[in-house]
Parts: sequence; structure tokens; C-alpha cells
Amino acid sequence: MAESIVSRAFIVSGMPHILLGGDRSPGWKSLHDSYAQVRADLEACDADLILYFSTQWLSVIGYLFQANPKPTWTLVDQEWHELGSIPYEFAVDTEFAPFYAEEVKQAGHHTALVNYHGFPIDTGTVVAQKLLNPDNRLPAAMVSCNMYSEKNEMLTIGQAGARALAKAGKKAVVVLVSNLSNRFHVKEIDPAQDCFSSAKDHEWNLKILELLGEGRMEDVGQCARDAAREANGDMGFRGIWWLNGLLGQTNKFTGHVYDYQPVWGTGAALVRLDPAAPVLPLAHLELESESEVIEAATLHDPKLKAGATGVAGEPLSAQPAKPAAVSAAPPKLVVSAPPPKAKLTADLINTAKAPAPVGAYPHARREGDFLFLSGIGPREAGTKEIPGVTLDEDGNVIASDIVAQTQSVIRNVKTILEASGSSIDKVVDVQVFLTNMKRDFAAFNKVYAETFGDIGATRTTVEVLSLPTPIAVEFKVIAKV
Amino acid sequence: MAEGSIVAGVLAPHPPHLVYASNPPQNEPKAECGWEVLRWGYERCSKDILAQKPDVFLVHSPHWMTVIGHHFLGLPHFKGLSVDPIFPNLFRYHYELNVDVDLSLMIAEEAKDLGLTTRIMRNPDFRIDYGTITTCHLMNAAWDIPIVSISSNNSPYYFSNEVGQQQMAVLGEATRRAVEKSGKRAVLLASNSMSHRHFVTEPEIPEDMSHEHVYHHGQYLWDMELLKLMKAGKAREMLDILPEFIEMTVAEVKAGALTWMLHALGVPDYPAEVYAYGTVIGTGNAVVAWHHEQNRQEVAAHG
Ligand SMILES: [Fe+2]
Repeated sequence: MAESIVSRAFIVSGMPHILLGGDRSPGWKSLHDSYAQVRADLEACDADLILYFSTQWLSVIGYLFQANPKPTWTLVDQEWHELGSIPYEFAVDTEFAPFYAEEVKQAGHHTALVNYHGFPIDTGTVVAQKLLNPDNRLPAAMVSCNMYSEKNEMLTIGQAGARALAKAGKKAVVVLVSNLSNRFHVKEIDPAQDCFSSAKDHEWNLKILELLGEGRMEDVGQCARDAAREANGDMGFRGIWWLNGLLGQTNKFTGHVYDYQPVWGTGAALVRLDPAAPVLPLAHLELESESEVIEAATLHDPKLKAGATGVAGEPLSAQPAKPAAVSAAPPKLVVSAPPPKAKLTADLINTAKAPAPVGAYPHARREGDFLFLSGIGPREAGTKEIPGVTLDEDGNVIASDIVAQTQSVIRNVKTILEASGSSIDKVVDVQVFLTNMKRDFAAFNKVYAETFGDIGATRTTVEVLSLPTPIAVEFKVIAKV
Repeated sequence: MAEGSIVAGVLAPHPPHLVYASNPPQNEPKAECGWEVLRWGYERCSKDILAQKPDVFLVHSPHWMTVIGHHFLGLPHFKGLSVDPIFPNLFRYHYELNVDVDLSLMIAEEAKDLGLTTRIMRNPDFRIDYGTITTCHLMNAAWDIPIVSISSNNSPYYFSNEVGQQQMAVLGEATRRAVEKSGKRAVLLASNSMSHRHFVTEPEIPEDMSHEHVYHHGQYLWDMELLKLMKAGKAREMLDILPEFIEMTVAEVKAGALTWMLHALGVPDYPAEVYAYGTVIGTGNAVVAWHHEQNRQEVAAHG
């Protein structure tokens, strides 16, 4: 049997209070003490390196990888400077960094290795390192968290990490540095009286921890979006998706929650996940929906890349910084099973980031300079969920929120346009279908204006008796590529 | 002691690219050129401001972000290396600066009296954020005038834009009161760009200007709308549409520096001087000064 690329995974809070807070708060102290057990369990691992992902290392231009063999600094947190300074020195696995960067680049993202004295390592990673691996027993690897990344992109970056480990022939202890809920008290508090900033956040945290305790990592990934929205998830809980991508999107773990405490109002936990089966990289890039798997081979086919992103015949340098062309990089594109009689062509565009079509049609089709989108509804990608539509057990609509539905339609339209080498500002015409003009028009019109107000697309709005699924709004869009 | 005054307020953005392209000895990476319109505009602005011999620069930067109120540097001297976390390839700057701690404490005190939460940063190992460093360098590369550095409280992101902008108006008022009591002549620097949608890749040579242009026309139109109001002396009207501008262009002014500055100036009704407008990786950046003292002298002369 192939060897697992992951020995163990941990989810830890990177709040500096845990490292520097001393006895000021019983919760902080408890986390500090529990960290000792986490460290012992980490040291028992058979691994070549620690792979960190911290929600506090933010990037906006693609992904960064720490490549300085020995980053050394004295860190003072921007917010928590009165807690004290944290001198650090990391031993970095510089051999692994380029492997990981290469896999992320292959997945279509901008990457950069950072090897500069004084480059700021984030507080979360430093705190975790000081408490888990202070003597550099294991070398470390670090990848940034892109602020704009969404679920599928995070899964992709996690999967790229798994492939990089396999290619480098290394086994990792994986450490996700993230809080659960991340709402702070915004005034001074007495640390001894620290408490969760909201009961709702706390309830969601407990729910997440229950799943993690059962090792149900994939299930946590599935409900992370809701949890993040409802409970101020740390960077929208996107770290969970990264970890999920890396661990193979399964529930096959034994979980253990060491501790869970409030730190200045946030939900800080320490969790361990032991793989019940070897963790192996996926052969293919696997995104949300089974039917939308990208064949690994298509990723490396330059013809498809060029055609599908809409820049065929134009050297990239001619449009160097065009965000649409870049964000529509190949891995986000999927050429799914062709509709009957249509030949497999890059002019037909489907993206795993938009909801799967409910019939034999692509998301979009390019003809010349124009891009024609199929009717797009509000359903969320990869799920049966429709934001703004509540169904009873028999599938009858019991509540319909046109604002949420319209927002979701616009999100889906944006996603498809970007995956097709276009963008929302290039929309030229929109046909809108509403199932209840009288009830919904005013609210729909307001949401519409927020995005399309300054775009100047023509629009036609009609009422129809019904739409194929229990939705109240659908857009039919034509855009320039 | 004569009453202190605000000499001028400047919208003084902080793209590290401008420092990089001007090759100061403090910055490790070296460039050939780049972003000249913005850099030369900044140079002219800096010359005009320094000619008025201010005692202190007050800087508000969105890259010192804090959750618990508004923080102020509270030690007289800082020295260190600032490395931009997004563009480390072009900004690794060795700084050395002096802080006007007395004035910092006075502003913090006034702000507290007006109901804001404040903290004083007294950790000597603290690294000054790259927004503050960049803006200060571009305004006064000699670093021979002390600064007051104020963090950016993130309540506009945490609660709502309105809450954030209201707080900044109060902080502006506190700043004005403290400056007047201090007897000093201060220049306020609002370290914010304008429209903030940007490209997500970087050319191999950062200063390759064939890659630089507005991110999209809509953003550009918004920037022009704001600049038009500034030039027309309509700061009040500009503040009125700022929430919409922020929404439409994901603008950094959400962090509040511009609002703070304009309120400290009493929301000026005289025209601002626009020194330059240009883009940096697609974001809109303008260098704009409200010459407060000069304007009041003119009013006195004519009135
Ligand atoms: Fe900035």
C-alpha cells in the first residue's frame, strides 16, 4: 500500500495571548497548557516537515511560499503589542517550497517564493511554531492564504499541497492555524472575565467541534460556509477547505478536541485529526461536483488552455494584466461531457464554480467576440441549495427571498463570465425572468442596480409562469469576451 | 504659546512601487524607472508642503489595523526594516524615525474624552507598517520632521462603514483640538488610495509600464468624480458619496484616513490642489492637498 503523505493534522488557534498571556485569563492559560499535549502528540509523529497554513498570512496576488532557509525576527503583533515581543527563528524546508509552488502554478495561480530577510511571518504561524516546534525539530513549510480565494480555489491549493508532498517524497504533519469564530471584543476587557463574544458564535463552534471530534472533516467542509456566515468564521473558515483538499475530502479520521476557550471573544480551539487510512494525493483535480471533474490531462494541454480562456491567438503579453484572462486560468475551466451531438470544443464552457446545469447545455458558449450564457439561476455550485429558497420536506417552497436569490444569480453569472475569459463589466444584454413581478420587482431591481448600475447593459424583464426548479429569478446574459 | 494649527491635509497614498521606482538608499531593491506621473506629482507636493515648515506630520495608515480602538505610537524613536508582505520583491526599506510622543498622547487624550477607545503602543520592537513608511518617505524623504502615527481601527469592516466613518469624524475633531492646544504646526497625511480593484498578477519587471493602466473604466470614472469634487471645493458632497464610492470600487478610504483628515480640517469648502493621478497595478491613486493655512490667509486678505 502506498505510504501516507500526512502523518497527522492539527487545527490550532494562533492567538498570541496563548503564548504570552500567562495567568491573566484562565481560558488562555488552559489553551497554553493544552498546547503542551498537542506538542507531545506532534513530536510522536513520523514526519519530514510541518506544513503550516495560517489565516493570518494574507496575500492578494496569488500565493506566496516561504523560501528563506532561516527566517529570523522579533515579532510584535500590530494589535497585541502590549503582550510583548516574540523572537523567532524557523528552519524552513526550502526543498519542499518550490515543489508546492510549482503545483499551485500548474493549477493556474500566480506564485512567488519569498526569501527575504525581514519578510513578516504572521503572528499565527509564529505562535503555533513557538508552542509546537520551538527547537525546529522538524523543518517548516508555509503557504499564504489568498484573501479572495473561494471554496474551490482553497480545495485546489490543498490538493496541490498533497501532490507536492507526493512528488517531493515527503510526509508532513499538517497544521492549520485558524480560529473558529473570530469576533473580537472591541473594547478593553478584564482578561480574567474573557468570554465568547456571542452565544450564536459559541453554538456554531460547538457544532463544528462535534464534527471534528468525530473526524468528519469533509462534513465540516460542507457546512463551513454557513458556519462562517453565521458565526464570523476566521477568514470565512477558508482554512478548513485547504485542509480538506490536502486530506483528500473524506471523513476517514479519528478526531480529538483538546481544548476550546474564548480568547478576547473569539473561539480558539486545539484539534487533532488522525487519518484512519493513508492520505494520498488525488490523481485528478477534484472540485465540488463529481460530474465536473477536470481531467488532469486537459490541464496540460496548451491548446485547450488558450482556447478556453478566450485568449487564443493573443500572446499573453498583449494583455498582460487583464484580470479576467488570468482569473480564468485553465484549472477553473471544465469541459464536461458534451451535450448530445455537440462536439467537444473549448468554445463550450462549463465551470465547477457555478451550479451544474440541469439539462444538456453548457454554462456558456462563445461565438466570435460574444459570449452567450445559458439561463442562470441562484442555485449554489455543487449543492442542491438555493440561497433565498426554503423548502419543506415535500419540496414545496415555504419562503422565497428575492434579494438573496438575485445576489446569488449575479454571483453565478460573474463566476461563469470570469471562467470564460470575460467579466461582469463586459455584459451587453440581460434578460431577466421573474416568477412574481408584482411581489419581487422592486427588491430585485435594487439588487440589480448595485452591480449593473454603472455597466450600462440593456435589460428586459419579463414575468414567467414558472422556472424549471423552485426559483423566482433567472438571468439570460450576453457579454463581450 | 501661540495656538497650534493644521497647515495642510494631504491625500497621500502609499504604493510601495513609488518608493521602489525612485531608488532611495534606504530601499534594498533597485528599479530603473516607473510611475513617473505619480512620483513627480508627489515631489511637487512634498516641496510645497515642506516650504511651509511644519513641525509634525500626522499619518493615518490602513496597514496598521487594530480592532480595539485607535492606537498611537508612544515611543520617541523607531528604527527597523519594513518589508511589504504583498510586494517584498520591491519594498524592503530601512527606516529610522522620530515620533512626537507629546502630541500623540494629547490626541489620544482628546479622543478618549470624546468617547473613543485608544491605546498607546510602547513596545520598542514594534515594526512600523509599510503604509506609514511609504507615505512619510514620499512626503519627506529626509525624515527630519517627527511624526504622529495613528492606527486604523477596523470598525468599518467589522460593523459598518457608517459606524467607521462616524468614528473617524470624531477622531478628526480630537486631532484638531489637540493640535490647537499643542501650539504646533501640523500637516495631516491620509494614507489611502482611491479605487482599489487591482490586477492579480504582476509583470516580471514590476516597473514595465506597458502593463500599467486603469483596472476598468467604471473605476476610473468614479475616481474622476471624486477628484472633480475635491477640485471644486466640495469636500462635503464628496464625503456624502464616499460610502457609494467605497462600495463600487472596494476603496481603501473605507479604512477612514480621508474622513479623519477632512473632519480635522473642518470639512473644507475651498478647492484642493490635485498634484497627480495615476494607477498602480490598476488601483487609482491621487496626491491631493488642501492648503489650509494658505487658504485661510487668502480669506483674511480678501475678507
Ligand atoms: Fe494599501
